[in-house]
Amino acid sequence: MSILIGRETRLVVQGITGREGEFHSRQMLEYGTRIVAGMTPGKGGLHALENRVPVFDTVADAVRQTGANTSCIFVPAAGAPDAVLEAIGAGIGTVFCITEGIPALDMLPVVEVARAAGARLIGPNCPGATSPGRAKVGIIPGSIHREGGVGVVSRSGTLTYEAVQAMTDAGIGQSTCIGIGGDPIIGTTFLDILQLFAADPETEAIVLIGEIGGAAEEEAAAWAAEHLRGVPMAAFIAGRTAPEGKRMGHAGAIISGGRGTAAEKVSALEAAGIRVADSPTELPALLREAGYRG
Amino acid sequence: MKIQEADAKSLLAAQGLPVPPWAVARTAADARTVAERFLADGASHVVIKAQVLVGGRGKAGGVKLAGSAAEAEEIAGRILGMDIKGITVRKVLVGPAAVIVKEFYLGAILDRASRRIVLMASAEGGVEIEEVAKVTPEAIHRVAAHPLLGLLDWQARELAFAVGLAGPHLRDFVKISRGIVATMRANDADLVEVNPLAIIRESGPEGYVERLVCLDAKVTLDDSALPRHPDLEKLRDLDEEDPADAEARHYDISFIHLDGSIGCMVNGAGLAMTTMDLVKRAGGAPANFLDIGGGAKADRVSAAMRLILADPKVRAILVNIFGGITRGDEVARGLIDARARQERDVPMVVRIVGTNAEEAARLLHEAAFETAATLDEAAAKAVAAAQQATGDAA
Repeated sequence: MSILIGRETRLVVQGITGREGEFHSRQMLEYGTRIVAGMTPGKGGLHALENRVPVFDTVADAVRQTGANTSCIFVPAAGAPDAVLEAIGAGIGTVFCITEGIPALDMLPVVEVARAAGARLIGPNCPGATSPGRAKVGIIPGSIHREGGVGVVSRSGTLTYEAVQAMTDAGIGQSTCIGIGGDPIIGTTFLDILQLFAADPETEAIVLIGEIGGAAEEEAAAWAAEHLRGVPMAAFIAGRTAPEGKRMGHAGAIISGGRGTAAEKVSALEAAGIRVADSPTELPALLREAGYRG
Repeated sequence: MKIQEADAKSLLAAQGLPVPPWAVARTAADARTVAERFLADGASHVVIKAQVLVGGRGKAGGVKLAGSAAEAEEIAGRILGMDIKGITVRKVLVGPAAVIVKEFYLGAILDRASRRIVLMASAEGGVEIEEVAKVTPEAIHRVAAHPLLGLLDWQARELAFAVGLAGPHLRDFVKISRGIVATMRANDADLVEVNPLAIIRESGPEGYVERLVCLDAKVTLDDSALPRHPDLEKLRDLDEEDPADAEARHYDISFIHLDGSIGCMVNGAGLAMTTMDLVKRAGGAPANFLDIGGGAKADRVSAAMRLILADPKVRAILVNIFGGITRGDEVARGLIDARARQERDVPMVVRIVGTNAEEAARLLHEAAFETAATLDEAAAKAVAAAQQATGDAA
């Protein structure tokens, strides 16, 4: 098994005919992801990616005709909240929203509707997820992965690639790698993912990659201290040198009122018995020291 | 985006909140004119407040009272041009000084953990809320607005009772609470703070009356929402903005100027922060945070190079690219092109991995760039190059 995505994933790509949507859908297909449908309003009946993927006008049509159960959204920010709500309304259980730059207040009702519907929203402003050897959804380069037993969860994109590449180079494979997104308001938190990893028999160790802003890393650390005893874990926190009061690229990466610093997060993780690497390249060694033998 | 107090007050007033009158003056003479008006209208004193986007104005001497128009002119003259935390004061807000009976704090934030708008109130107004949170966290009361229904009246009443507000002010407090949340929604703010919210005493035709008003206002806007608020974009204070910030915005580059000597160019925010951290760890200091974003092409790479080199303190440049959507060869071409045109020769260490990294390596090798295989190695090389350059200059 893996979490969130795997061989059972039947993906609909919302915005498949756009530049980003088309490019990344091609990469996903090449990786072996089952893309059963595309969706672009007004382009229903066409086929995308050299006739390999049927396009529908609505997500509901895609679900009815192809049995899609997962969605990946490449719709521009102005239409992305609506795209998430359409997917949830059509009964999609897992929705990845890659889109960056969605106004934070727009996400409050969307997150609430997802929660009430029992749907899982990942993102927005996230790179997606890969379950190596099975499926990838989103924009993470497929080449960095190796099949294995380490679950990786991160708020970042390229930083995650860096960490995953270091693990792969060290011969440590991954069960699932997930980017939960760099925005202040996101559908799925570190804690949610830790709970999914804890329940996944194939995930034997966990790497958490956090950054400044908010207190989600602290919340995850407290839960891990209680529920993940005996699971080898390692972490990395970006932004030790970030100044206060500045948004460091990600809308959610900001130290405000002296809170949300890297130091606070590092000490919360260490207090939970999780070693924190000084560089992402040290993560494989820390996992080994934590007892991971895979 | 941060906006000035005077603009924040306008946004509150637009939602019908009670804000006492004010005017903005850019010269001491203007301050005198508006002070005369407020004094003629019955104010015993006027307050003069520096308009800067940093906290701690009062402590820095940027908030003063004046009892006459002449005094207002003299004080405004002193505050204008004053340096507060590195920012030169270019305008002051002038308003009638209030007779304050009691001060409160009332603010709305976008709360990440509960994923709701949270309204906070405290009976300890006029002090920084972070200070209250540290010393007496139990003095801050909170309610979370419903994500679909918004703030409900009973929630606002709950807050009012918690801070000891009852009687005639209860209804006004509920209205102001709703107004603060409305201000947040109308403008896509992520913070709306009224500190102090005050009961003030005014003389009316039938003697003294007390009412609840917003004496100060702080609003920060969600940058992601600015494209749909062109009117709010105009509130950006260009006086306080680094010209580099405007250029960065134009090219869609995320850029923050820092104090060190090693310029950084990275793709992705998390990786950009990590690159800074590793520069520090290797014994150097980053000159900036710079994320060229996903899929950057040659023009964005050269713009990034210009931004970095505009800082005279930069002694070395570290380029760190993990190609995904971004193609390594595109970045390499951009770097070669930018170096050929740059006026100042600064040692550069380039590390490009991921998509099209082989082609990038070939191009960089032909152009005789210093390269590195890992991020740690790149940081060490850049720090060594900066130290060498500083030594040569000395």
